[in-house]
Amino acid sequence: MSLHHAAHRRPLLRGAGTQLVLWAYAVIAFGPLLLVLIGSLRPNAEILRAPVGLPRSFDLSNYVRAWETASISTYFVNSLAVTVASVTLCVGVSAMAAYALSRWKFRGRAFLAAFFLSGLMIPAKLGLLPVFYMFQSMGLIDSRIGLVLLYAAGGIPFSVFVIMGFMRGLPGELEEAARIDGAHEGRLFVSVVLPLMRPALAVATVFQFAPTWNDFFYPLVLLRSGDKYTIPVGLTRFFGEFAADRGTLFAGLVIALVPLAVVFALATRQIVAGLTAGMSR
Amino acid sequence: MVPAPKVSASARRSRRRAQRVSPGWITTFCLPALVLYGLFLVVPLVTAFYYGLFRWQGTRQGEFVGLGNYQEILTRYPLSDEIPTALWHNVLFFAGTMAIQNTIGLGLAVLLHRSPWGKRLFQTLFSLPYLISPLIVGYIWSLLLSPTFGPVNHVLRTVGLDSWARPWLGEPDTALPVLILVNAWQWIGGPMLIFGAALGGVPRELEEAAAMDGASATRTFWQIRFPLLMPAVGVITVLTFIGCFNIFDLVYALGGSDGGPGGAMDVLGLLYYRTAFQGGSNAIGESSALAMLIFVLIFGVSLGLERALRRREVT
Repeated sequence: MSLHHAAHRRPLLRGAGTQLVLWAYAVIAFGPLLLVLIGSLRPNAEILRAPVGLPRSFDLSNYVRAWETASISTYFVNSLAVTVASVTLCVGVSAMAAYALSRWKFRGRAFLAAFFLSGLMIPAKLGLLPVFYMFQSMGLIDSRIGLVLLYAAGGIPFSVFVIMGFMRGLPGELEEAARIDGAHEGRLFVSVVLPLMRPALAVATVFQFAPTWNDFFYPLVLLRSGDKYTIPVGLTRFFGEFAADRGTLFAGLVIALVPLAVVFALATRQIVAGLTAGMSR
Repeated sequence: MVPAPKVSASARRSRRRAQRVSPGWITTFCLPALVLYGLFLVVPLVTAFYYGLFRWQGTRQGEFVGLGNYQEILTRYPLSDEIPTALWHNVLFFAGTMAIQNTIGLGLAVLLHRSPWGKRLFQTLFSLPYLISPLIVGYIWSLLLSPTFGPVNHVLRTVGLDSWARPWLGEPDTALPVLILVNAWQWIGGPMLIFGAALGGVPRELEEAAAMDGASATRTFWQIRFPLLMPAVGVITVLTFIGCFNIFDLVYALGGSDGGPGGAMDVLGLLYYRTAFQGGSNAIGESSALAMLIFVLIFGVSLGLERALRRREVT
C-alpha cells in the first residue's frame, strides 16, 4: 500500500522494480532451457568439469552422436510418420462427420453429436488394458498402425467440436449454389466445403499434433522393438544408454523439441483461435 | 427454371438450412469417425468396467465377483496402502501446483498489466515451458538437478550454500516438493495468460471510480479486480485438476515407474500402470477396478467443480 503511494511519486523507480522482477522470472522460466541448449554444444568432459559455462567452440558432435549412434533418427522418423498419419486420419474423418452433423437433417443427429462430444471429458488412457488385449487379438501389438488408429480415435471429439463450431458460423450459400448446379454431396464436400473449412482444419491439426507427438503412455505399453519406438519412449531408452554422456543427452532433448517449436512458430494464430474456441464453450 | 430453385433455396435457408440427404451419404460421412471413436475409445472403457467385475487368472477370465475386486483393492495389502498414499500425493500435487502457479501467474499478469513494455516478449518467455512435453520437462530437470554434475547444485556450491546442495530427487523429503515446483514451472504460462486476459476485461471506469472515492490500491485490487477474476480462477481450477490427476509422464521421467525414493512421488497414474502390467495373477480384475475408481473420481470432481464455480459466478 505505502509502497504504491511512494511509487506514485517515483514512477521511474517503480518501472525499474517491475522490470527487475519480470527479468528475474524470465531467467527462471527460460534459464533451464538455455542451459540445455548450451549444454548440447559443449563436450561432455567440459560439462562434467564445469556444469555451468559457455561452449568454447561451436561443436555439433553431440548432435551427430545423438542422431546416429543413439538412433534418435529412427525415433524421429517413427514419430513423424505416426503423428502425420494419425492427424490426417483424425482430421479427415472428423471433418466429414462434423459436416454431416452440422448441415444435414437425419434421425439421431443430436444424439450422435452428443456422443462424439462426450469424449471431450473422458480420460481415454484408463482404457489402456482392454486396448492392449484387443490389439493382441488383432495383431496390432508392436505396430505403428495400431498407434495411428488410437491417436486418431482420441482426437475425434476435439476435432469434431472445433469443426462443428466453425460450421455454425459459416453461411451455406455456396453449398446451396453448388447443389443447385447439380453437384452430388461427395463432390460438394471435397470441392466446396473442405476449402472453406481450412481455418478449422488448421486448428484441429495443430491441437492434435502436439499431444500425439508428445505421447508416451501408449507406446510405452504397446511397442516392443526399438526400431519402432517413437521419440518419447526412445528417449527413455536413450537416457538409460547414455546416462553418463550429458552432452549427448542435451542434444537429444533439443532434437525432440524441434518439430513442436516449428509447428508453434508457424501456427500461433491457429493456437489462439483454438483457445478461444475452447473458451466460448 | 431459374426462379423456382431460388425461392426454395431461400425458403430452406429461412428454416435453418438443414438438408435432407440419402442414408447412403449419411453413412459414408459419419461411419468412419463413429467406428474409430467407438472401437478405440468407448469400447475399451466399457470393457474395463466389464473386466473389473470378474476374477482373473492371468488372461483367463474366472468367475463373476461383482464389486469384489473393488473391495479387494481397497482392503487388501499392498494396494490398500498404496491407493490412499498415491491419492494423497495427487491431492498435494494439485494443491501445491494451484498455490504456486496461481500466485506467481497472477503476480506476473498484474505486473505485465501495469507496465506493458515488452509484454509480448515476457509472455512468450514465461509460457515457453508450456509447449514442452511433460516427459521432456522431467528429463530436463532430472539432468539439471542431478546430485554431482547438475547445474543447480553447482550454483549452490559456487555461491557458498554447500549445505543446500543435495540429491533433490533422491530424498523422500524433497522429491514431492520438487515435483510440484517443476510442474508449476511448466504450466505457469497458462494462469498468467488467462489472468492477463481477465485483467484486460476489467472496466477501467470501475477502478477510477474506486480511486476517486479514496480507496487504496490494495483495496481496489482485492475488492474490484479480484472478484472479476473469479471466472478465470474457475477455468484454471478445472484444467489443473484434470491435469494433476492424470499425471504420469512427468513423474515417470523424474522418478521412474515406482515413483521415486520410497514411492515419495507415487501417483494414481503410476499405480494403475504398475497394477495392470506388473501386477499379480488377478492383475486385469484389480487394475480395471482401479481404473474405474480413478475415472469416477476425475469425472465426478471435475463436473462438481464446474457446477460449483458456475453457481459462484452468477452470485
